[in-house]
Amino acid sequence: MSRAVRFAPLILLAVLLAGLIWRLATPADTIVKSKLTGKPVPAFALPAMLNGKPALASSDLATGQPHLVNLFASWCVPCIGEAPVLGALERNGVKIDGIAVRDRPDDVMEFFARHGDPYERIGSDEQSEVQIALGSSGVPESFVVDGRGVVRYQHIGPIEPRDVPRILAKLEQAK
Amino acid sequence: MIALLLALLIAQPLLADSNLPPAYWSDRELPDPKQEAQAQALMNELRCLVCQGQSIADSDAELAGDMRDLVRRRISEGEKPAAVRAWLIQRYGSWISYRPTAEPAAWPLWLAPIGLLLVGALLIRRRIKLKARP
Repeated sequence: MSRAVRFAPLILLAVLLAGLIWRLATPADTIVKSKLTGKPVPAFALPAMLNGKPALASSDLATGQPHLVNLFASWCVPCIGEAPVLGALERNGVKIDGIAVRDRPDDVMEFFARHGDPYERIGSDEQSEVQIALGSSGVPESFVVDGRGVVRYQHIGPIEPRDVPRILAKLEQAK
Repeated sequence: MIALLLALLIAQPLLADSNLPPAYWSDRELPDPKQEAQAQALMNELRCLVCQGQSIADSDAELAGDMRDLVRRRISEGEKPAAVRAWLIQRYGSWISYRPTAEPAAWPLWLAPIGLLLVGALLIRRRIKLKARP
């Protein structure tokens, strides 16, 4: 048997080990991006989550002005961290619409009492139906929707202070 | 040891679940056995977004339950499983479906068995030739 053939299994093992170590050191990306970016928001009409707060339908998004659609939940821990950033965006004139995923009015009220309410409208998505229709895979998530109701940008995870310039730029582009 | 057990008892998952009950069709079979079979077959081939690597049929995640509800509801309304799959692929990409597609990215998957068979045939031919020598 030639020397190359004799060492083949060892080389194979080395390659396999190198591959395994590489994947352990840099795990694969588990973020699933929505394919709807660049496409119109799918038609939906959610009921209102709270008394005195308008409901949210896809037609409310195509108003000529860019909107930030934020999927949140009172039971979502990272949403707490995001709340003050959303509040600051709202004070800067950003129109934020909320989709409350699998939530109850009482719990949402309690969440707002603690962390503030930056939303203009809130739709109640009881069975994650609109969340799935938007291609979102969790809370919190945010979509920049332009004035014609087209999805321009998706932000996965909580919006942190360092994300604000990018979100504002995307909203500006969506005008 | 006791402290560790206590800590495990107190520890809460970071991404807690909601307080709402599961969606109606998430863990309920459709009355029509043919439709239920179609739904089951499809749910076994759809990937859970939360517990990636599990199918939505196997996953306990709430979002998987809501997706099972969506699949069963649409199939009970007469929609074809292929249409439901296509609707989800439009949103999440072919990632969401376990069934391999004919996209160029999947070509190695289809070609690998043929390639391996060819290599095997070559190896066997070499052996036979070697043995045939006196």
